[in-house]
Amino acid sequence: MFAYLVKRVFQAIAVMFVISLIGFAIQDNLGDPLRELVGQSVSEEVRQELRDELGLNDSFVTQYLRFAGNALQGDLGTSYFFKEPALDVILKKLPATMELVFGATIIIIGLSIPVGVYTAIYPNTILSRLVMGISIIGISVPVFLTAILMIFVFSVEYGWFPSYGRGDLVHVFGPWETNFATVDGWMHIMLPSIALASIMLPLFVRLIRAEMMEVLQSEYVKYAKAKGIRPWRIYFVHALKNTLLPVITVGGVQIGTMVAYTILTETVFQWPGMGFMFLEAVNRVDTPLIVAYLIVVGFIFVVTNTIVDLIYGLVNPTVNLARMGA
Amino acid sequence: MSSLSTTSEPTRWSLIWNSNIGYSFRKNPVAIVSLAIFLLIAVMSFCAPLIAPFDPYDPGQIDIMNSEYPPLWVDGADPQFMLGTDDQGRDLWSTILYGTRLSLLIGICAVGLQAILGISIGLIAGYVGGRVDSLLMRMADIQLSFSTLMVAIIFLAVTQAMFGSETFNQYAVYFLIAVIGVAEWPQYARTVRATVLAEKKKEYVDSARVLGFGPMRIMVRHILPNSLSPIFVISTVQVANAIISEASLSFLGLGMPPSQPSLGSLISSGFDYIFSGSWWITAIPGIVLVVLVLVINLLGDWLRDALNPKLYKG
Repeated sequence: MFAYLVKRVFQAIAVMFVISLIGFAIQDNLGDPLRELVGQSVSEEVRQELRDELGLNDSFVTQYLRFAGNALQGDLGTSYFFKEPALDVILKKLPATMELVFGATIIIIGLSIPVGVYTAIYPNTILSRLVMGISIIGISVPVFLTAILMIFVFSVEYGWFPSYGRGDLVHVFGPWETNFATVDGWMHIMLPSIALASIMLPLFVRLIRAEMMEVLQSEYVKYAKAKGIRPWRIYFVHALKNTLLPVITVGGVQIGTMVAYTILTETVFQWPGMGFMFLEAVNRVDTPLIVAYLIVVGFIFVVTNTIVDLIYGLVNPTVNLARMGA
Repeated sequence: MSSLSTTSEPTRWSLIWNSNIGYSFRKNPVAIVSLAIFLLIAVMSFCAPLIAPFDPYDPGQIDIMNSEYPPLWVDGADPQFMLGTDDQGRDLWSTILYGTRLSLLIGICAVGLQAILGISIGLIAGYVGGRVDSLLMRMADIQLSFSTLMVAIIFLAVTQAMFGSETFNQYAVYFLIAVIGVAEWPQYARTVRATVLAEKKKEYVDSARVLGFGPMRIMVRHILPNSLSPIFVISTVQVANAIISEASLSFLGLGMPPSQPSLGSLISSGFDYIFSGSWWITAIPGIVLVVLVLVINLLGDWLRDALNPKLYKG
């Protein structure tokens, strides 16, 4: 187990190294930091002097090492537009995105488990067929269309929910302001969370259903039935426990995917999170912010995947660690 | 002298028609309807220059004064424009035809690229084995752990910022195909590798090797044909996903430009007008997109049940 852990962490560091190289290459080639600093009106000699002073004439390796060293200390450069450290800008936007992901995750877990279990136990009822039909439609509708449809129906036509922004926020600590403390906040986060959840929900319902149907065929479930254990207990205690393992693995990977979908959801709902900020940064060619976003998101991906792999190795006693670590 | 043969040689078409797949297709109304709709959309969009009453790429035929006419069944429509016009005064029906053609083309080409990359890597990893295999599969794991959409968004955002939108718009089709094609190769590679590992142990591969065939020939001529059913199933799902990815990227302004819209960029340009009541610019391309992706997904579902290959989960 320990060797596996070390290998997995080593791999995570290697991936982060590649990401930082890509980030540095972008910073090196995109935009001109001098022009952002001094504008056009400076003579060529002063420019060269400034370039020397800023170390822009150093070799690629020296510049990369400086970049990586700063990044390790949490310095990812200063945003051209906000005139603030890029990392601070992102951390300020992070809670908005995380609350959105959190809301969507609650909806996904709360719905997919009961629905998935139900459709697995009674695969032939009308309700199950309806659920499976809806789920394939759900997979086929892109998340931004769901979001637009919901805005059109619930904001424009009926006016039940607000269509943009975060509404009334309550300060918790640091940069974290929460949506979950006021009614207005709840109203604002409702539509974006449902839209974000809608893309993953069918996937999880289908996955839980498939796994559950497989487990229900197994010997131990038959034995438990023969022993006279209440069906409810068999389904939710004995069978469900064994379906959750693959769900955890897929779920871990999907957290990363969800970060990508937040860009779409945030754009439609003008949700002031990281994704919305990133697209604005792209339009302004705010290189330090783009690079910082790349590194923060890459970090989130690498950390979640490493943790999910480690949990998988811990929870599943049958997994062959030697093979996985190979 | 030859005896009279009463049964003629079966044609290839009748072989397919009478095979297990053909039978399961004939017995499945959902699959029949899906294929019919898919073929209808595909044929109509690829014949767009013949069918469409206007050419949305020709600025001479676009008049800004015609903008935001509603479809025929809504009051205030212009009979010239069956489905109304968009914000720039383009005929929506013609623009959708051309846009669907672009979306389909990008989806199919991107999946083609995925398949070429993924199948070659999967074959090599499975057949050669050892260190090559573990290295390639490790790369596949890492690539898979990053969501395609995320990789595509960052790649396209940086290219757009680097080249400027003029140049970017000109080559947007190729960028989209390249990024969607490269980001998803592990899907194919993992499945192909798994089937190669199973096939490699079988006797026909041994006998081919004994006959002295080279690894290239064994991989492509002997193992690959036996790995085709999972490849077919993946391909349908991947085309649907690629079309959704393309639409999402174009919606974010990182794909096809408004001057040469795919379904995603049409929806995106319509979104700005949804609050002013011009719902059709978003809704009609949206419906076309959903129907297109839905029928491909339904076909993929049917194909998976019919061929029933052992697919990778997740």
